[in-house]
Parts: sequence; structure tokens; C-alpha cells
Amino acid sequence: MLDAQRDYVLRTVEERGIRLVRLWFTDVLGNLKSFAISPAEMENALNDGMSFDGSSIDGYGRVQEADVLALPDPNTFEVLPWVDSKAAEARVFCDIAQLDGTPFEGDPRQVLKRNLEAARKQGLVFYVAPDIEYFYFAPHNENGRPVPLDEGGFFDLTTTDITSSLRKETIRTLETMSIPVEYSFHEDSPSQHEIDLRHTDALTMADSLMTFRFVVKEIAAMRNVHATFMPKPLEGVQGSGMHLHLSLFKNDLNAFHSASDPYNLSDTAKSFMAGLLRHAAEITAVTNQTVNSYKRLVPGFEAPVHVSWARNNRSGLIRVPVPKRGSELATRIELRSPDPACNPYLAFSVILAAGLRGIAEGYELPSEADANLFEMGDTALTKLGIEQLPQSLNDALRVMESSQLVAEALGEHIFEWFLRNKRAEWRKYKTHVSQFEIDTYLRSL
Amino acid sequence: MTDVGMLAVYPDTPSVELARTLDLSGYTWKGVANADTVGRLAPTTGWVGAVVGCDTDPESGWAMCRSLRKQQHPVQRILVLISGAQIGDLEVRDNLFDDFLLTPFHPRELEARLRHLFFNELTASSATVVEHAGLRLNMETYQATFGGSPLDLTFMEYELLKFFVQHPGRVFSREVLLSDVWGYEYFGGARTVDVHVRRLRAKLGEEHAHLIETVRSVGYRFGASKWSG
Repeated sequence: MLDAQRDYVLRTVEERGIRLVRLWFTDVLGNLKSFAISPAEMENALNDGMSFDGSSIDGYGRVQEADVLALPDPNTFEVLPWVDSKAAEARVFCDIAQLDGTPFEGDPRQVLKRNLEAARKQGLVFYVAPDIEYFYFAPHNENGRPVPLDEGGFFDLTTTDITSSLRKETIRTLETMSIPVEYSFHEDSPSQHEIDLRHTDALTMADSLMTFRFVVKEIAAMRNVHATFMPKPLEGVQGSGMHLHLSLFKNDLNAFHSASDPYNLSDTAKSFMAGLLRHAAEITAVTNQTVNSYKRLVPGFEAPVHVSWARNNRSGLIRVPVPKRGSELATRIELRSPDPACNPYLAFSVILAAGLRGIAEGYELPSEADANLFEMGDTALTKLGIEQLPQSLNDALRVMESSQLVAEALGEHIFEWFLRNKRAEWRKYKTHVSQFEIDTYLRSL
Repeated sequence: MTDVGMLAVYPDTPSVELARTLDLSGYTWKGVANADTVGRLAPTTGWVGAVVGCDTDPESGWAMCRSLRKQQHPVQRILVLISGAQIGDLEVRDNLFDDFLLTPFHPRELEARLRHLFFNELTASSATVVEHAGLRLNMETYQATFGGSPLDLTFMEYELLKFFVQHPGRVFSREVLLSDVWGYEYFGGARTVDVHVRRLRAKLGEEHAHLIETVRSVGYRFGASKWSG
């Protein structure tokens, strides 16, 4: 099979007259990295990998040896649809390995593969379908603030057409790149959009999300528009989340489904949810990795604040959507905390690890919290055993630091680098004097 | 692939059951009325095989078999349909048929017998280009085009589409697609098939997405079938 795949890639490079093949991989923070090779190098790359100096990549640097290998995954080979066909280009995702071929511990894709292997050993396949929110802004800022496209001012009445045609073009491009879109619509906030992708296995989905962010930004940039996945770019309106619809499959059967349960949730689903809830605080630094992420996780904007679950309560961390009648394949849970600025490989890794821990230890699912938690006092919440998600990156890092589960899921290398890097980010933020402080204190004090 | 060539079917108005099974299995066929027309209607390369009904009018059925064997390109694969009472007739006519099937027959049995009869053609098929409704797949260069413009596919998408195009009109379950296209060693379950079908439909574009049809609680079919709907 692998030989046939390689053959397929090489023939396509030849037949389609590909001028450049872009090797894509991801750094620890979730930034897409790329270097291009000529088609003549492709066979060599597929057989032996391409070595490069990893020390300049965030989270890749190691003391002993800087060089690493990029091993293209031939099944991810795609011709880039937005490049002129006269000088066609293609991309392929890579696994990063050490020079001796062993997986490189700093590569998020390898980390996810290792975690998926743990599920696979139990016969389980992890499926993910994300709902991704993002904003379109004008290319310039005004008074240091981003300028929405469909709110008067610089752009005229046709701006809604611009953003919806941008979205349409984005979807068309995604679909030609093997990323099917389920729904898309204009979100609540000005200039905010949502695109929901159709479920696929977690590794393909993590790759798809990397492609997705790139495509959204690229298509917008072609029209001189800035697309952003920043979790909370505008104060006072909803931020951008990335709700994840999760399910586990075992031999073609949805392991989350049980016909006899009133919620159609199997014991596996319940323990998985219990695992997510119990370890929610520990994994939050990974699913919400920026200082800004925590400005989204506040009451009043449909973002979760409390570690709870319910069928139809959008203030909780996990929602159990009611699937269409009779569709047991559609039984799933929706994790509502992650934001689209996360590293999908690492986020999926810690989410899966938390859920699998719940299954392995047979965690008991706490009772459903269907009341509006925002209206309840702290004492009432404590009585119910409902805790809050970390309130800041600093809080999240402190919980993550003592988490054996996250350390194991990410591996020591990434675990330590991530904590170091994010603590530095927090220190920088802590010493920053904000406009809020100037406005509030400068004159009054 | 079931596109092995043209089959002669006698009598020229076969039972609905027979016509239906042939169509659903993806065979192309023509009804022949009598020994005179069998030569005239034959495709230039000759009939690749025949299904001859001997159950209602045994005399003319066997005459048809004789005539098929005497064609310019003698027909090599003849399946005869007989009733249980006729088994004794077979004894002296071993030269006139290659396999037989008792009527009333089960469609799955007919399908299995035909597949076995054409096994060599099926496996030896070396066509490098297959086409269907504007889709063109070149097996040698791995390139797919649709209406003349290139269709960029990942390897597994290509393999799945190739399988579909080679078996137009036939319904396949997810399990069969998984084992035939991905191979048994693939771990990921039949849901993988749904994911790839959805991707292929997206790449074919809205107006052609229907080429791969979902057959409820069975699986998928590529290309229209006149028995559907």
C-alpha cells in the first residue's frame, strides 16, 4: 500500500507538472511551518525523508542534535488549488523524526499519533468534528483596534457580500482539498463567521485544521482582508471558539451510543465525559493556550465557564446534542471550551487522554447541570461540586504543571517546553501596562 | 470490473428478474430473438458470453446454444437456465453450455455464477483508461479528469473512485468497499468509507455529487441504475 501511495504521488508530480512541493509540519505552538523542495527531490524525500535544522522551530530545539528529518505522509499529498496551474504546487504533511528514524518527541503530529495508538490498542478510533469561529477584519487598525468589515465606516453596503463571498470561496477551496464542510454561517458578532467541518478521524482532522486556518487566511489576504482566529478580538461581543464534537468508534459501531439509555449515551461515553470533566482544568492550558483565550471564557457570551455537562445548556463545558432520530452514528458529545488558536494535534491528544483515563478508571459521571449556572452563587455551585475552568493562562499553567496526565500525553519534551514558553508569555503580559489601566487610573489616582 | 463486454441473452425478452440481476451486476447485454439475428446483432469483437433460457422452450433454447457455438467468434461462456425436471437433458449436451442454473433462480446465485464464469476477464482486465459520464481515469498515470479538467485526488480518494468507475451501477456495502479498496489490514472501520465518499462528492462538485449515490441501509452505488427509484 505504501509503495502504491508513493508511486501515486510521484506520478502525479510528474503528470501535473508540479514545480514545487511544500513540506508542511507544525511547531509546538500550532504554527504551520513549511519548506519547499523541487519535484526532483520528491522521490528521495518519500524514501528517506529530508533533513533540516530544527533548532529554529519553536519547541524543536534540543541540546544534543539540531538536525531532524521530515518524512512526508503520502496520503496527505494534495495539489494546491489556488496556485496557477502553469506553475502548480502541492503540499504534503510530514512526520518529524530523529535522524535514526525514531519519532521526534517535539513534533505535535507524532504526539497525536502516539495518543491515537493508545486508543487503537483498545480497538477505538477517535472522531472529531469542529465548529470553527473566526473574524474578518479590514487590513488596517483604527486606534489600535481591529476594524470589522460589516459595520459601517471604511467599507460600504456591499461589505456583507464581500465576507459571504469570501466564505463561499473558502469553502469551495476547502472542499477541493478533501475538507468537506457541513455548515457555514455568519456568527453573532460583527464580521464573525463560523464554518463547521464534517467529522473525520482525529489525525486527518488535525491536518485539516492546519490547512483550514491557512486557507481562510490566504483567501482573505488575496482580497486584502485579514482573517483571524484570535479567541477574543473585540471586547463586548462573543469571541471565537472551536467546539469539538467527539465520538469513539469500535468496529463500525459508535462506542458512545446506547439505545437503552435515556440520553442514548453508553457507559463508555459517560466515563469519557467524566474523564474530560475531572481533568478539564489540567488540559485547559493546551486547549486555550493564549492570554487572550481567557477573555473569551467569561460569563455572558455563550462560552463555558463551569466544569459541567448538560443536554441543552450552552453554559456548560460539555453539551450532549440530541442526534437526529434513529441516527446512532451521530451520538456524540460537544466539548465547548477549546478555541481555534490552539494546536489541534496537542489539544486532541490531551482531550483523548483525559477521556480514555475516565474509561480506564471507570469514572462516574456527575449529574447533569441543566440550570443556568451563571445565575447561581458560588456557594450553590460548590454544593453541587461544580468548579470553574481556570480564569487565566497563569491559573491554567499552574494546574497543568502538576498534571501527570498531561505530562504523559504530551511527553516530557513538549510538556516542559510548553510550560516554559507559556510562563514567559504570562510574565510578559503581567508586566504590560494596558490601556484599561491608563484610562482608569492615570487621572483618578 | 464487470464491464467484460456484451452478453447475448435469449429469449430476447428475458424475465424481469434476469434483466434486473444483469443490470444491477453491471453487465451489458442484448436480447437475441433467434439464431438468425444472433450473428447480425453481435458486436464486432463478438459476444463475450450468453445467458440462454432453456426452461420454457427447451428445443429453441438448445438451438440457440448451438448457434452461439458456431458463430464467427464462437461464444465460449454460455450459462443455461433450466428447470429442475430438465437436469437429465444436460447429459448429452455438455458441449453446449459452460454452466447451468435452475429456475426459479436466486439473483445472488446468478450473480455468483456469472462472476465465476467471467473470472478470467475480470482479473485480466488491463484497460488503462476507464470512463463514465465525463469522468476519465487513467490507471497508468493515476490521473483523473472530469469534463476534461484535472481532478486532484488523494491516493485513497483515487482508489475509491477507480473502484466505483470500474463497477458502475452496482451497489456496494461499506464493508465490501473497505476490504476491496483499503484492504483488510486497514484499521478505521467502515466510517472511513463515508468520510471518503463525502470528500469525493465534494471534489466532484455539487452538480455531480449524485454520481455516488447513497443506498439507504445498504451502501453506495456509482452511476445511475434504471432499477432505482
